[in-house]
Amino acid sequence: MYVLIVGAGKVGWNLARELKEKGSEVTVVEGSRRRYETVEEELEHAIQFGDGTELWILERAGIERADLVIAVTGDDEDNILICQMAREKYGVERVVARCNNPRNLQHFELLGIKPAVSATDLILRLIEHEVPQYGLVHLLDLKEERLEIIEMEVTSGSAADGIAVRDLDLPDGSLVISILREGGGFVPTGESVVKGGDEVLLVLDIGLEETVTERFSRRVETAGADARP
Amino acid sequence: MTCPQPPAERTCSAIVRAVFVLIVGCGRVGSAVAKSMLAEGHEVSVLDENPEAIALLNRGQESSWEDQGGSFTVGTALEIDALLAAGVEGADAFVASTDGDNTNLVIAQIAQRRFQVERVVVRVLDPGRAKWYSEQGLQTVCPTQTAIELLEAAVRGQVRFEGVSG
Repeated sequence: MYVLIVGAGKVGWNLARELKEKGSEVTVVEGSRRRYETVEEELEHAIQFGDGTELWILERAGIERADLVIAVTGDDEDNILICQMAREKYGVERVVARCNNPRNLQHFELLGIKPAVSATDLILRLIEHEVPQYGLVHLLDLKEERLEIIEMEVTSGSAADGIAVRDLDLPDGSLVISILREGGGFVPTGESVVKGGDEVLLVLDIGLEETVTERFSRRVETAGADARP
Repeated sequence: MTCPQPPAERTCSAIVRAVFVLIVGCGRVGSAVAKSMLAEGHEVSVLDENPEAIALLNRGQESSWEDQGGSFTVGTALEIDALLAAGVEGADAFVASTDGDNTNLVIAQIAQRRFQVERVVVRVLDPGRAKWYSEQGLQTVCPTQTAIELLEAAVRGQVRFEGVSG
C-alpha cells in the first residue's frame, strides 16, 4: 500500500513510522524547512519538503498512485483541501483528515471529507469510556446508517436482571449482540439470561438509547425492598 | 443604519439593483472592493479577524466606514458564528479575499453549499489551485495568473502600461 502523509508533526511522523513498520510504502510532505530537516534524519528519502496544498508538490510525492492520503497538518483548511483534491482531482480512494478544532468538523462533513479525526473528540470519547454516564459507552456511531453500538453494565435489580434475552421486552430497533461476563463474552441466544454485573453490547436505532438504558440500569423500585446504597 | 443613496449622476448600466455583498478578508484587495461596492450603492459587510483592519476602510474617506453605512465584523472566517454575524444568510454576493488561498477556498465552498450564496468569488494566488477549483464551479480570480498574462503581453508589445494610479 502506498500512503501519502501531509504534515510531519508528531502525528504525521509517528504514523509514518508505524505504517513503514507494517510494510507500507510511505511518503511524508512537510512545509517547514526546520521540521523537514529534523524528520529527514530518520525518514531519509521518505520525506519531501514543500507546501502540501500545492498541486505540483502533491504530484511530485506521487499522489496519483496513492492508495491512502492522510492530511495531518495543523491547519484544518489545508487538511480539507488536501483531502478534497486527493479524492476529486487525483481519484485517491481513501483519505483520512485530522480536524484540529472540533468546531470545524461541520466543514469537513459539508465538503464530504471523512473520516475526519479530532483528537479532542477522541479524548472526550475516552473520558466517556472511563467515566461512563449512566454506565453507558458509545462503542461505535454509524451516523449515516443511523445506528449505534453501545455497551453498558446491567445493574442488579434492574428490569433486565435475571431475564432471558427473548423476554427483555426491548423496543423494535434494538438487539443484544453480546454479553460480557467474568472476563469472557458470548453472542446470546433468546434463552441466554442476563445477570446483574454483566456488560451488554447492543446495536440500536438512533434515539432508543434512553428507553434501553432504563431497562438495564435503573433499579426497579419495589415496595418494602431493602434500599441498598 | 441607513444605506447611502447611489450617486444619481452615475451611469453604470451594469448595476441593476443594490445587492448585499459580504467580503471576508479586509486587506488591500478586500477593502478596495468593499469601498467601491459601497460607493456604488450596495450594502456591504466586511469580516476580518483583525480589528485594526477597519482602518483600511476608513483611509482616504471623509466619513467613517460605518457612518457611510458599511458594516464591519471582527471574527475568524471559518467560524460559522462570525459568518452569521456578518450576515452571510442574506448575502447576494460573497468575496473570499483573506491572505490564505486555502481559507478562501474553504469559506467560498461554505458560502456556496451551506448558505447558497448566489455569487461567490474567490481570490486564489496559486494558479494551479485556481484553475482546478474554477473547473469545479467556483469563480476564482487569480492575480498571479493575471499578472503573468499581462506581463507576457507587455513583453510581446501587445499592450503598453503607463503605470498604475492609486
